This record gives sequence, structure tokens and C-alpha cells, in this order.
Amino acid sequence: MPSRIRTEANQKGAVPEGLWIKCENCKSVLYRAELERNLDVCPKCGTHRRIGARARLERFLDPEPRTEISPNLESTDILKFRDSKKYRDRLLQAQKATGERDALVVMKGQLKGLSVIVAAFEFEFMGGSMGSVVGEKFVRAVNAAMEESAAMICFTASGGARMQEALYSLLQMAKTSAALARLGRRGIPYVSVMTDPTMGGVSASFAMLGDIQIAEPGALIGFAGPRVIEQTVRETLPDGFQRAEFLLQHGVIDMVVDRREMRDVIAALLSALQNRPAA
Amino acid sequence: MDPNFLDFEQPIAELEAKIEELRFVGDDSEININEEITRLQKKCASLTRSIFAKLTPWQIAQLARHPQRPYTLDYVTRMFSGFQELHGDRRFGDDAAIVGGLARLEGRPVMIIGHQKGRDTKEKLVRNFGMPKPEGYRKALRLMKLADKFRLPILTFIDTPGAYPGVDAEERGQSEAIARNLYVMAGLRTPIVCTVIGEGGSGGALAIGVGDRVMLMQYSTYSVISPEGCASILWKSAERAAEAAEALGLTADRLKALDLIDEIVAEPLGGAHRDYDTSADNLKTALLEALSSFDNVSTDKLIDQRYARLSQYGEFRETA
Repeated sequence: MPSRIRTEANQKGAVPEGLWIKCENCKSVLYRAELERNLDVCPKCGTHRRIGARARLERFLDPEPRTEISPNLESTDILKFRDSKKYRDRLLQAQKATGERDALVVMKGQLKGLSVIVAAFEFEFMGGSMGSVVGEKFVRAVNAAMEESAAMICFTASGGARMQEALYSLLQMAKTSAALARLGRRGIPYVSVMTDPTMGGVSASFAMLGDIQIAEPGALIGFAGPRVIEQTVRETLPDGFQRAEFLLQHGVIDMVVDRREMRDVIAALLSALQNRPAA
Repeated sequence: MDPNFLDFEQPIAELEAKIEELRFVGDDSEININEEITRLQKKCASLTRSIFAKLTPWQIAQLARHPQRPYTLDYVTRMFSGFQELHGDRRFGDDAAIVGGLARLEGRPVMIIGHQKGRDTKEKLVRNFGMPKPEGYRKALRLMKLADKFRLPILTFIDTPGAYPGVDAEERGQSEAIARNLYVMAGLRTPIVCTVIGEGGSGGALAIGVGDRVMLMQYSTYSVISPEGCASILWKSAERAAEAAEALGLTADRLKALDLIDEIVAEPLGGAHRDYDTSADNLKTALLEALSSFDNVSTDKLIDQRYARLSQYGEFRETA
């Protein structure tokens, strides 16, 4: 259940700062500015590239107004966890590489004039893994949604629970799910958008508890990672296994939505759920 | 090597074999060797005490999955009367890795839900080694809702290596099944007491682990990942499991000190597998005590307290 998806903290630096970027899927060489205008979706093959939390929020929310919620939460490493490296050092390195304090960024803002609270994962921060800070921030986002009677939206990109926080991480699943149960009782909508990848403890808690469950095309979504499953069942996995389209086919999600349509689709869904005029 | 004993239990096994041997001789001969047997028994007890006084987290992890460890149904038959097992999730099937049903605890009707491992090879396969699939979580959820409807307390018994990493489990939405249980359990209008009796393995454990009181049997473990899994990811070698067990802090003592669990239920000398009856007695006492503590608590207060407990999980700081 914890993250088996590894990211190197310096990956971000490895992305060429130059003008041209090669699509990992179709190998087309793309003009960086054009790719960004296209929300990091390859204009040639439609591959949805992973994007960071800030970029996600920047592109999803209306430009004004925006307020960040609880930006200053940090892990305390209460277990003094140490594997081949100290957890403390891993945190510092991730903070330096991403400029974030942890793997979740939350903002209060608007989507086409609708009040929303939006949480977005920073996958480059230790694989978007969930520890105490991610759990607490998510709960604060839910609380803000209740206070403001604003819809809650979460974009997940996570390998799962953060092993370095051991049982604390596991219990964040219960904590965040309980918060959503409260939100649900108030009749406030919650939309979960699963982006590549959404696995483990994040998948098995708030990512799968949306009133509406959306995935980006091609996103890997599941509980156990494909390699773990392969080792267990010792057979090759079906084509497209654990991809967004596979989940749609198996009835696990409501829809697969192109990133470029995301604002329109979610605004339409929320305005319908909240019985407001079509945006 | 006696396969029913762990490495560090072997000295105990040897002494016990010797005692058995003497007993056998004693039956056959006229020499009175009772004194010698008593002496060896004392020695055995003190040897066990000294071995168990300094168990490492890794040794405790092995005890938690000891082949002779009592499983849910071993406790159920000893602690409850009139157990009626209820089957199926009404959606797909009946998962034998989770058992559930109605029973009485000192006359009081309760809903029981627990992971169930198999004892022999055939049963291990039927029970899928105690690793539930979505239909298992959904059966548990159905039974919890039934308990909620009739306001029966829910007692869960956790003992699983974790969720089943298989294609079919993913296809049937195991993430959603686990998540849904967490969501619903947070708001059930009846007391929930959860006890880890063996392995509390990640999401598969938590899926029946949200409650008003969370207890661990003394040599049980509760963890976000198995020591082997953690070692193979963070140390790149499953051989480093002992170190991972240490770092994960998955033992009852450690988790109690961190205030992540509410209570530790004592096991008999040498572990629960050495004496099922005493283990069941201890657990039964703890369950009765836990249930009686909710007797005069209103439903609203119960749910509020549960939520407050869940909200407080986590360690972080907020800088200006």
C-alpha cells in the first residue's frame, strides 16, 4: 500500500529547461511554450504529462480570488525514521527540490465563479506520499469546504502512504475518510480527480470517495502496484490494467476527462449538483 | 528443529521435549522423577520469561504470524456463545478471508467481524491466507450496517498480512471497497471495538479497524506495510526486514507509547499460541470492559468522540 513508485528528487532538474521537450510516448519534439499552452497534454498523441501541484491549481482555478490554506504545515518526524537515509534528510531534499513543505497544496478559490476548495498533490515531493501533513491538510480543506459551503475537489497524484511515517500514515486514511463522511452529511459535493498515478493508501481512501470520480486519460490507478501483482499472480497483466480507461470499463469511475476539458466538465457537474444555473 | 517453534523459541522446545521424555519414562518406571520434572518446568518457565523479556520487534512480528497463533474463530468459540455465521456481500460472492456473524458475549448480542487465516494448506488456500478481496470488505460493510440498524455493538478481530494484490481484486475496485468501509465506519451509530489479534497489515487491516477503541494483543503488530515489504523498498532487500521492523515501530508497546492505540491485551507466558484459553479469557475481559465503557454514552457523543479521535491522528508542526 505505501509508495512503490519511486521518484528521484532531482528529476525536476532533469527536465530540460530548454525550448524543446520530447513526448515520452510518441517521441514528438514539442515546443515548450506550446505544450504549456496545451496544459502539458501532447498535441500530437494526447498523452497527459504529469504536472506539479501549483501548475495544476494555476490552470484549474479562476485567476481571482485565491487563498492558500495552511501552507505552513510540516512533518516533525516523530519516529526519527531512518532507512538507507534519514527521513529528515529526505524531507529537506524534497523541500529543496520542489519548493513545497509537503506533498499537498490546498487553495480556496473559484471555478467559473463557483466557490471551491481545491487540493492538489505534488508528486515530485516523495512520490506524493501521504503522511501526517497530507492528511491534516486534506482535513483542513474539507473543513474549509464546510465553513464556506464550497464544493471540494481533489487532484490526486500519489504512490500511497508514506512509509517513513509508518502507522501515522496508515491512519491518515481513516482520518481523511471520516472528514469526507462529515462533508457528505452536509450535502456538499466532493469531486475526486485521479491523475497519474493514484495508488495505495491514497487510492484506498479519499481518492475513491468522490461523489463523482474522474480520471485523467491513461492515469495509473489502483491499490497494489502492477509489479507487486505480477509477482503475486505470476502471470502477465491484462492490457491497460489499472489505467483510467480500464477502471471506467470496470465501473470504478464515472468518467475519463481530458485535462483541457476539466474546468468545463467539473463546473457543469458542480452547478448541477448544487442546483445552480449552468455555468 | 521443531517446525512449530520459531528460531528463538527452540531452546524452549528442547526443554519441553526433555520434560515430555521424562514423563514418558516416568509412566513406565518406578523411579519417581516428578521432582526432576518440576525442576525442569520451572527452568522452562524462567527460560521463556527471559527470552520473552527482550524480544525484538522482528521477533514480535514473527510471533504475530506464528503458525500456531490463535485465529479469529479460535477466539470466537472461546469467548462467545451462539455464534451464527453470516455469509456474502450480496454483490459478488462470499470471501472466506473475512468471517462475520451474530453471537452473544455474556448474553449480550453483538456483531463479530474478523479476518480468518487457514491452519492447514487446504484451508490456507480457501481463506486466501487471510487476505481479503473486495467482496470481503463489502461483506464486512454489510454486516456493520446490519449491526447499525439494530444497534448492536461491533467487535472486529484483525489478522491479515494485507489486502490481496491480485488482478481480480483490482478489477472489482478494492481501493473503493476499503475506502468505503473507512467512510461508513466513521459514522456508525453503535460502538465499535477493534482488536488486532495477529498481523495488522495495512489497508486490509484498517478496513475493519476504525473504531471507538483499538486494542492490540501483546504480541500483535499493526503497520502500514510488512517489514519485508518495507525493507525491499527502502533498503532494496527483504533481508533487512529486522531493521525495517525496528524502524516501523509496529509493536503494541511502541504504538501505545505513541498513543496510536488505546490498549494492550496481555498474552500468556510464551505468547497466545501457548495457551488459547487464557488468551481468550484476557481478550474477553478487555472486550467486556470496553463495551461497558460505552453503555451510558449517547449515540451523538459516541460518533463525536470517534471523530475527535480520528482527527487527532498525526504529528506535524505549523510554522508562522
